[in-house]
Amino acid sequence: MRILGISAFYHDSAAVLIEDGRIVAGAQEERFTRRKHDARFPRHAIDYCLATAGCGLDDVEHVAFYDKPFLKFERLLETYVASAPRGFSSFRIAMPVWLREKLFLKDLLYKQLREISGNFSDRSKILFAEHHFSHAASAFYPSPFEEAVVLTLDGVGEWATTTVAIGRGKDLTIEREIHFPHSIGLLYSAFTYYTGFKVNSGEYKVMGLAPYGEPRFKDLIMDKLIDVKDDGSFRMDQRYFNYATGLTMTNRRFADLFGEPVRKPDVEPLTQFHMDIAASVQAVTEEVVLRLTRSLAAEFGIENLCMAGGVALNCVANGKILRDGAFRNVWVQPAAGDAGGAIGASLAAWHQELKQERVVQPGDAMHGSYVGPEYATAEIEAALDEAGAVYETLEHSDMIDTTARALAEGQAVGWFQGRMEFGPRALGNRSILGDPRSPDMQKTLNLKVKYRESFRPFAPSVLREDVSDWFEIDSDSPYMLMVADVAENRRRQMTDEEQALFGIEKLNVVRSEIPAVTHVDYSARIQTVKADVNPEYHALISRFRELTGCPIVVNTSFNVRGEPIVCTPQDAFRCFMGTELDLLVCGDTILRKDRQPAHLKQTYEDKYELD
Amino acid sequence: MSFLQEFWKFLRVRKKFWLLPIMLMMALFGGIVVLTQGSAVAPFIYTLF
Repeated sequence: MRILGISAFYHDSAAVLIEDGRIVAGAQEERFTRRKHDARFPRHAIDYCLATAGCGLDDVEHVAFYDKPFLKFERLLETYVASAPRGFSSFRIAMPVWLREKLFLKDLLYKQLREISGNFSDRSKILFAEHHFSHAASAFYPSPFEEAVVLTLDGVGEWATTTVAIGRGKDLTIEREIHFPHSIGLLYSAFTYYTGFKVNSGEYKVMGLAPYGEPRFKDLIMDKLIDVKDDGSFRMDQRYFNYATGLTMTNRRFADLFGEPVRKPDVEPLTQFHMDIAASVQAVTEEVVLRLTRSLAAEFGIENLCMAGGVALNCVANGKILRDGAFRNVWVQPAAGDAGGAIGASLAAWHQELKQERVVQPGDAMHGSYVGPEYATAEIEAALDEAGAVYETLEHSDMIDTTARALAEGQAVGWFQGRMEFGPRALGNRSILGDPRSPDMQKTLNLKVKYRESFRPFAPSVLREDVSDWFEIDSDSPYMLMVADVAENRRRQMTDEEQALFGIEKLNVVRSEIPAVTHVDYSARIQTVKADVNPEYHALISRFRELTGCPIVVNTSFNVRGEPIVCTPQDAFRCFMGTELDLLVCGDTILRKDRQPAHLKQTYEDKYELD
Repeated sequence: MSFLQEFWKFLRVRKKFWLLPIMLMMALFGGIVVLTQGSAVAPFIYTLF
């Protein structure tokens, strides 16, 4: 039996197809339309899923949507009524959208599905799961656990912003919820807005900025903005926020509390103040999730924790949960944001609605998150021929060797292999790679390849068997969702002069043997690589280790700032020609920048709107 | 028609009958506003709705 999961109309629309409870294909719409966070109906992603499964929409038994529009509408109306007449400006914008389309979402879905297949005529095939239940299902069902506590945290779904559920076998039961407007995700987003980044996409920049600052506002936030109880439950003082009824996240009282107005992006530079703000909200978030996880572990006596929701992408907090040890095992859904709701909705339909048994997969059931499109060598060559590229196709082992040598020489490499990743992270199939030992690599990749802020850290991909030699962690982190410190013996002691540096000045100090992936606080966002999950990537890093003694490469997503991660060989070639990447490897096909025709070079820097 | 049935069912299950007059008023007066607006995927600062 096939079930199509859909997440759409808010942000990051996506489609996933499951067959008898097994994930067969999944992709985000943005990858096909090349529009970041594309929220439209995921027509391209659905076409891809159906083509991969070799079926049509007529062969799909159910379509599961990740959210319940009536419940969300109820929340909106109640919020507006409760705060009237404040909130009229937001009401005036929201209501037409709802009365025109969103309230009739089932009809909208039905019409769009009928465009795919005129035979689609049974409206009862369309099922709806609650937003947080979709998140919880995406966290528990693919996890390697028979039994687990499931914690979901995000901005807001219908009413819930934080949910605790218990998963056992095929059963998943919500135990308790924290409701809007009290939301740890929206608290983080409020500070994202306050520090001048885009809400819904800039949160990870705040997380990246945090280590440059001191959490000197933590107590102020805990005193004034959020009341956190010992068990991690919380309430927020809405007098400081504007998101419930206005069109901004924070208000004047919020700015007055911290003493500076909202930063204007691209006009006002980031200062130590913003770094301290970032450090403070990060510290508060960690405090909340640690209190939550400790109390849940004590209450339920279960040793496994599953997490999803946008806040579960906060890998710094995840690393602390893991090290805290309240739960022995922690598994985070790699597509923890709303795109992953498509996975959860489809699996919820399979196990809850259709009451099908669950078979726990060793490792997990996400297939390394490699469930997107892939291209055969012939297709890659045809695409490159059409683009006028100069390339050579090597034997597989030669391709691995050539790429590893290029990395060892300090080249920046575009690495395009196998099936595209589902979720926000590139995990070694649509990645830009570099040598982590190079002191200049972080700056080079940020400024010349990715065209993004120089403070942004890069993540290491490390062979699973070597991870504990280099980092203070000895567990799997296949999805780059755990942060751990670089091992003591790999660190370089800073001089007194270097110690005295503040904030972003610290960036230029070499802090370890692998400076390109060592953040200013010695932390690193780790991806462990196993041969059975991604053999090509494992082979490449192994060869790099043979050449250099270092079992690590820098891994960042294959895109520039504001661009969705590349999907096709054409996208990869365009990005290659628009940036200062030295080498592009698509399957076994290798392209060197200095051999490409000059007229194919593209101006890429300003092509995408900044995020 | 199926929408009305489903919405009625929703109000019954959730016991939120007090939303009904608001809905009726909006259906009456909202039409004009609705017809003058653009797409559902509006670029809001934060799409809470």
